Amino acid sequence: MWDSTMFEMLGKGIGETLYMTLFSTLLAYVIGLPLGIALVVTEKESLLPNKWVNSILNIIVNITRSVPFLILLVFIQPLTRAIVGTAIGSTATIVPLVVAAAPFIGRMVESSIKELDKGVIEAALSMGASPLQIIWKVMLPETKPSLWVGAAISSTTILGYSAMAGFTSGGGLGDIAIRYGYNRYQTDVMFVTVVLLVVIVQVLQGIGMKIASKQDKRK
Amino acid sequence: MEKGQPIIALQNISKTYTSERGEFNALNNVSLEIYKGEIYGVIGMSGAGKSTLVRCINYLEKPTSGKIIFDGKDLGALSAKELRNTRQSMSMIFQQFNLLMQRTAEQNVCFPLEIAGVKKIEAKQRAKELLELVGLGDKLDAYPSQLSGGQKQRIAIARALATNPKVLLCDEATSALDPSTTQSILALLKEINEKLGITIVIITHEMKVVEQVCSHVAIIADSKIAEVGTVKEVFTHPQSKVGQQLVYPNGMPDESFMGKRCCRIVFDGSSAYDPALSSMILECQVPVNIMYADMKRVEDMAMGQMVIQLPEDDTLAEKVIQNLRAKNLIVEEVYDYVG
Repeated sequence: MWDSTMFEMLGKGIGETLYMTLFSTLLAYVIGLPLGIALVVTEKESLLPNKWVNSILNIIVNITRSVPFLILLVFIQPLTRAIVGTAIGSTATIVPLVVAAAPFIGRMVESSIKELDKGVIEAALSMGASPLQIIWKVMLPETKPSLWVGAAISSTTILGYSAMAGFTSGGGLGDIAIRYGYNRYQTDVMFVTVVLLVVIVQVLQGIGMKIASKQDKRK
Repeated sequence: MEKGQPIIALQNISKTYTSERGEFNALNNVSLEIYKGEIYGVIGMSGAGKSTLVRCINYLEKPTSGKIIFDGKDLGALSAKELRNTRQSMSMIFQQFNLLMQRTAEQNVCFPLEIAGVKKIEAKQRAKELLELVGLGDKLDAYPSQLSGGQKQRIAIARALATNPKVLLCDEATSALDPSTTQSILALLKEINEKLGITIVIITHEMKVVEQVCSHVAIIADSKIAEVGTVKEVFTHPQSKVGQQLVYPNGMPDESFMGKRCCRIVFDGSSAYDPALSSMILECQVPVNIMYADMKRVEDMAMGQMVIQLPEDDTLAEKVIQNLRAKNLIVEEVYDYVG
């Protein structure tokens, strides 16, 4: 059974997994990055304090983060169908992945920016910088290394989620593992897909950390 | 000289912080006037309110009541945008330098210029000039983490000067530095004041810093101004209790001598190489007891003060005082000077 079709299938699985992971990470950052910034700057005594916006954002993030991914995956299928036209396959899986990952990334970004020394922001304020200038020229560039570490963690988490989408025929390596390993008891196929997933996680993590340390001028 | 309008005026500034544990008065009805070209020291023990005071000057902290008039403008009446523009002519340096760690020295100095919307080429040119001015012309591409504390503060000073400010606010700018680096940073500040005519406000807890560079000083204690004057006045005749504590940091001398007549001699730099005390002893033929001495050499001048015990005989004591006064020293008799 380890013939060319099997290898082809695994190759396609790797491709789909990478597609889902990278594309979802990207889209989730489009939402999560501004979300994380908003969580920080609307806080009390920050740049643009706003109690209401801050509380609402926190509630939304906490609710989305408490729903287990597998349940979220099924729960938002109507939304997925409305956007993609179908609820199966790797493109469809991107929708729940983004919904689940954006608040997670928001929290990652929030904690990265909060590491920044308040004195640096004070210095920028004393020079007459506007809140927007402080976000673009101080908060984001100064926390770049930490943001990249966050991106490495987020992308590997999203990779893990994408494998779970195999239960609803979401495509990728997780789908193969579930079809062969879980439904047909072909543990060897499952083993191979798990090894492949581990390798991809290592690579993503490695790339993220490498960029982070290259960006870091503090040492 | 006609003083004209003060460049910074604090009018009845109060700042109250409200927390769950109640209210805290950081500043209580503080008024100060700082004129162009002065190096104005604000000194006080930690917790006296001096950091809040300096942050009120550039409105990083909004005073609870009172007005800040900077260069004729009431800061409280400005819009957010106008306030940001005004801040560009009022720079600040900090104890912890607060540099951007992901930017090189040059990029750090360019930062306020980017904010002010200066063209990149012009900004780079200016950054280069300023880094040369502060003695770091060879460190343009160095990151702050590769530099020493003194060098970091020099970058911060160059950065603060980038927008041609009228005022430079220094919040404990030398407190994180070792004594010799402190000296060199203070010398640099003095140079900037003289060369560029920038008014400097120095917040510190060290009397030495004030003695060395300031022309005027305000002593702040318990959220209030305890004493204001030229450094010479305050240094030679401290009026307030805190003032005396700051001028005599080591407290008063041996108690067994208390009650006897003593006099305090202040060396304000006018008697550079003249051994005043020994010639007085030789001329008057009287022994004196040195009870307290704190002398230092500042730019070839002897600065400091000394307390000596006078002879019991009144005529002799008077002779000693006259002799010292004749040497252009400031002499005042002190009866009990518990700090």
